[in-house]
Amino acid sequence: MNLLNLLKIAVNALLLNKLRAFLTMLGIVIGVASVIAMLAIGQGSKKSIQDQVSSMGSNMIIVMPGIQQRGGVHMGSSSSKSLSVDDVEAIAMHCPSIKMVSPEVRSSGQVIYANNNAPTTIYGGNENYLGIKMLTVTSGREFASKEVQRAAKVCLIGQTVIDNIFEEGVDPIGKYIRFNSIPIKIIGVLSEKGQNTFGQDQDDLLIVPYTTVQKRILAISHIQTILASALSEAASSSALTEIENLLRQRHDISDDEEDDFEVRSQEELVKTFSSISDILTVLLGVIAGISLLVGGIGIMNIMYVSVTERTREIGLRMSIGGRSIDILLQFLTESILISIIGGVIGILSGLGASQLVSSVMKWPVAVMPQAVLASFLVCTAIGVFFGWYPARKAANLDPIDALRYE
Amino acid sequence: MGKAIIAVNDLRKDFQVGEVTVHALRGINLKIESGEFVAIMGASGSGKSTMLNILGCLDKPTSGTYELDSVSVAELSKNERATLRNRKLGFVFQSYNLLPRTSALENVELPLLYNPKIKARERKEIALQALEAVKLTDRMHHKPNQLSGGQQQRVAIARSLVNDPVVILADEATGNLDTRTSYEIMSLFQELNEKGKTIVFVTHEYDIARLASRNVIFRDGHIIKEAQVTERLNVQVLLESIPANDGFD
Ligand SMILES: Nc1ncnc2c1ncn2[C@@H]1O[C@H](COP(=O)(O)OP(=O)(O)OP(=O)(O)O)[C@@H](O)[C@H]1O
Ligand SMILES: [Mg+2]
Repeated sequence: MNLLNLLKIAVNALLLNKLRAFLTMLGIVIGVASVIAMLAIGQGSKKSIQDQVSSMGSNMIIVMPGIQQRGGVHMGSSSSKSLSVDDVEAIAMHCPSIKMVSPEVRSSGQVIYANNNAPTTIYGGNENYLGIKMLTVTSGREFASKEVQRAAKVCLIGQTVIDNIFEEGVDPIGKYIRFNSIPIKIIGVLSEKGQNTFGQDQDDLLIVPYTTVQKRILAISHIQTILASALSEAASSSALTEIENLLRQRHDISDDEEDDFEVRSQEELVKTFSSISDILTVLLGVIAGISLLVGGIGIMNIMYVSVTERTREIGLRMSIGGRSIDILLQFLTESILISIIGGVIGILSGLGASQLVSSVMKWPVAVMPQAVLASFLVCTAIGVFFGWYPARKAANLDPIDALRYE
Repeated sequence: MGKAIIAVNDLRKDFQVGEVTVHALRGINLKIESGEFVAIMGASGSGKSTMLNILGCLDKPTSGTYELDSVSVAELSKNERATLRNRKLGFVFQSYNLLPRTSALENVELPLLYNPKIKARERKEIALQALEAVKLTDRMHHKPNQLSGGQQQRVAIARSLVNDPVVILADEATGNLDTRTSYEIMSLFQELNEKGKTIVFVTHEYDIARLASRNVIFRDGHIIKEAQVTERLNVQVLLESIPANDGFD
């Protein structure tokens, strides 16, 4: 039999019972739609975390003081004073895979302008700091290395702080604010970054030379973190080893001792967070996959009942020349058509649902084209797999018995 | 004399029902030539339907030979028999067996869908011709439940004609119809036979059997009598013998 005739026969048979065909389809529709939507949600959260981490800096490497153990007692890592400005200079000189490096010291406190005040965090870095963190100023200027050297009382201000302490329409450049009662002159406004995935406001900050924080605010000589930027993404793993080797040597750590610092690259962070949302995606996908399976079993059930119900029709088709293979293919085509049409409707509703989730609930979604293609193939496979048994039952009927069936 | 379309030799059919073996056919010899119009009669349970099903390649004999249009059917596989049914046989059932909710035209087209040699356009043309032959062109878009019993049987006859079979087999095709409609159906068969179609039908009605050219009588799985009809009736005469209306005027 040719394909066109086969399709005509199967389509006509389905049209004879539109409502049943539709109800059979429903299971597949729901299954596919949930697979598409769930994977889109899972993938969306993964992508947004990745974007977030990448926007934190350019091939950024973070060196933090390590967890120190003294006689088995964990000393909090922030209390450690293992990192120094000399370490920063050494990294700049001796690590070829590093493009830029900056110390980081931070403190939280109250910022005051006129009668307004607000809590915020002040970050101190050198002239590379903005470049490493991929920050830019929209107006005014960055601070220069000379200002870093003399611990100048100049700052760059984030948009949230401006909104908090300045009246609308006031140009903050050149104004003096007080941070923990120290007067600081605003020389630049930072471009807006918005919230990150973890809900943190990335515009609620001041950036000043690190020397200013060290000397004028905290009165310390060590630094809290070292931020560096590798030459490229590919160079970031060699940069990690270079820094680790250099710092072990500088901190006189013998071979059997653990580091008193921790080096992390942005790539590692991305991987850690991605793997969490990968697990989420798989979990959502499995749940949705189960509903697809249930839909498939629904097809088998209905097709099976329909073969029994249509025994006389099968007998007739055989008596006018339908071969077993023709009958088999007819029922198989019917179930494949049901699952493919159901699949297409499911894909469309899944895309719609993803769109709805993103616009109503403001969740990040990313539809994976592979998921759409895979759903389509899975549907066809479900049609074949679950249609096979009922179709074979139909094909194996004896024409006489089928015609006589009451 | 035409050539033999059907040649059956010592044909037997047993049915196993639990412990009991039913001998439905016990050695049938029968030859039917091209252009014949044969009526098979006999008591209920004498094996008429069993015989017709075997002639229609729907069932296989337990033993014996059957040649249809010079093809030995016993040696054919299930699939080959299906193809043979599609190309050489037309079957008319007592209960019409039309596809429900499907137009007359599509019902008539159905056998052609199982013949890959026939293109879609040809299919419709041939089906229309067949509907014309049974005088139902005006009802081609009607569904079975919109047609009377007689009309449904005419659709079924059109369906059996559509593949230009070498023989049409009808098992009590008029069994569900009133006398007048039965005659109308028989007049269709007669017309087809006059155009050269070989027809074998089973009936319980003597007057209908006398429309045929030859009668074959079954009893207990044997053919007990076989005879040319000497005073063949004409269906038009039969039709005129009953009033055109309901007869109550
Ligand atoms: N599938 C079957 N299984 C068992 N026995 C069968 C089967 N088909 C027919 N028979 C038996 O074979 C014998 C012949 O049956 P068949 O249907 O050929 O009779 P028939 O002449 O057509 O009768 P009727 O005029 O009532 O239609 C009967 O005794 C019947 O019980
Ligand atoms: Mg019978």
